[in-house]
Amino acid sequence: MNSQILDQLKREKILDLLKTGKRIDGRSLDEQRPLVIETGVIPKANGSARVKLGNTEIITGVKIQLDKPFPDLGDKGILICTAEILPLADPNAEPGPPNEEVIELARVVDRGIRETEMIDLHKLVLIEDKSVIGMFIDSSVIDSGGNLFDACSYASVAGILSCTVPKWEVKDDVPTLVEGVTSKPPIKTLPVSVTMARIGDYVIVDPTKDEESCMDARITITTNSEGNICAVQKGGSDGFTAEQLIQCAETALTVGRKIRKQFEQLM
Amino acid sequence: MTEDGIRCDGRRLDELRNISIKVGVLKNADGSAYIEFGKNKILAGVFGPRDVHPKHMANPDSGILRCRYHMSPFSVTERKNPAPSRREIEISKVIKEALQPAVILKDYPRTVIDVFIEVLQADGGSRCAALDAAAVALADAGIPMRDLVSACAAGKVADRIVLDVNNEEDQEGQADMPVALMPNLGKVTLLQLDGMLKPEEFKTCMQTALVGCKRVYEIQRKALMEKYFQNGEQ
Repeated sequence: MNSQILDQLKREKILDLLKTGKRIDGRSLDEQRPLVIETGVIPKANGSARVKLGNTEIITGVKIQLDKPFPDLGDKGILICTAEILPLADPNAEPGPPNEEVIELARVVDRGIRETEMIDLHKLVLIEDKSVIGMFIDSSVIDSGGNLFDACSYASVAGILSCTVPKWEVKDDVPTLVEGVTSKPPIKTLPVSVTMARIGDYVIVDPTKDEESCMDARITITTNSEGNICAVQKGGSDGFTAEQLIQCAETALTVGRKIRKQFEQLM
Repeated sequence: MTEDGIRCDGRRLDELRNISIKVGVLKNADGSAYIEFGKNKILAGVFGPRDVHPKHMANPDSGILRCRYHMSPFSVTERKNPAPSRREIEISKVIKEALQPAVILKDYPRTVIDVFIEVLQADGGSRCAALDAAAVALADAGIPMRDLVSACAAGKVADRIVLDVNNEEDQEGQADMPVALMPNLGKVTLLQLDGMLKPEEFKTCMQTALVGCKRVYEIQRKALMEKYFQNGEQ
C-alpha cells in the first residue's frame, strides 16, 4: 500500500520534470547513464566482464566447453545466454526458481545476441552433427538500479569480446584439447540493446529504477553494426502508438552507435 | 516462394490464413473462445473477477490480470514436455501485458481475472492467435474493456515482407514480428521481433502487421456479434 502511494508521488514528480524536458537525475530524454566496462575480472572464466550502467551492476562470465550440437542444428555451435538477479542485488529479489521477469530478462538478452548473429556459430563446429564448441554466457545482476536488459546485454557482449576460445583438434574422430593455444571468438557484428520507457507522452532512454517503477510501457530494441533492427521486445502494462515505435527504432540506432564505439575499444 | 509472390501455402504476400472464431465454447468458464488460425487450434477460458489466491497478490486499488499460455504435449511434431517451458512463461507474460491495457481492472479491486490459454495444435504465430482468442474470451466473460486486442504477425521471407508468417516460413524466414493492436485506440500493446530488418523494412513490416490486426479485429467482432446478436437485433 505504502509503496503504491510513493510510486504515485514519484510519477507526478517525474512527469512534472519531463514536461520541462528534464529527468530526475539531470539527464536529457535520450541520454544513457555512463557505461563503465571492465573485462577479465574472473580469470577462471574464458571471458568475463563487470559492467556498471549508472547504479546497475552486472558480472558476466563466459564458459566455453565441448558439447553436442542440438539434433536439428548439427552444423552450428551452441550459444546460450542466461541472466539472473541475485538475492543480494535487490530487496525484492528472492532466491529460488526464476520468476517471469527474470525469464524474460534472460530470453531478451539471449535473443539480442542470437538474432544479430554476433557469433558465427558455424565456426564453432568440430565434427558436424557430433561435436561442437558451446559458449555459455551467464550474467548475474549484483546491484539493480533499473534497465537490467541493456546492462546484462552490454555485460554479455563485453564478456564475449574479452573471451579466448580453447583449441580442440580432431584426431581419429575425437576432439582433443590443445594445451596453451587459444583464439578470439568468431565475431561478425556488435549487437547493442537500447531500452526505452514511456511515461505519459514521453519516451526516455535507459530508465532508472525509479523511472521504471512508474513507467507505462517499455521497449527494448537491439541493432547490429550494419544498422539493422534484429530484436524487439515490448513490455509493461500499456502500449505505444505506431509513430512512437518508429521513433524508438531510430533512437535505438543513434544511441546504439555510441555504445558500439565503447565495444570497439575492447576488440 | 514464386516470383509473383505466391507463398508456400498458396497465399499472396498480404493474405491472412483462414481464421475462424467460436465464442462461448466452455460451460464452466465465465468467458471462452476457440480459434482456428490456419493450422493453429487454440482454446481460451476466462475466470473472474474472483478472489485472489494466494491472498498477498491482491491489490486493494485494482484488480489483477493473470495469464497462462500452455501448449499441449501433442500440439507439435515432437512431443512437448507438459511442464511450462521458459518460452511459455515469457509468452504468458507478453500476452498478459498485451491484454492489460484493454481491461478496466480499476473497477474490480482485490480480485483477479484469470486467462487460461491452451494451444491444442501449434503452427507458427500461436501467440497472436492465442491473444486473439483470449481477447474475445474476455469480452465474452462480460469484463469491461476499453477496446478489443487484435494480434497478427508479419515477417520477412525470401527478402519480402509478408503478412501472417506460418510455421514453415518462420523456420526458413529472415524475420518474424508479432504485433498486437487495440484497433480503436490505435495503441500497439505487443511487439516482438526476431530476425534482421533494415530500418525501412521495420516500418513496412509493422504497418503490414497492423493492417492484419485490423482484419483480425473484424473477424473477432463478427464472432462476438454472432453469439450475442443472433437474430439481427442490436
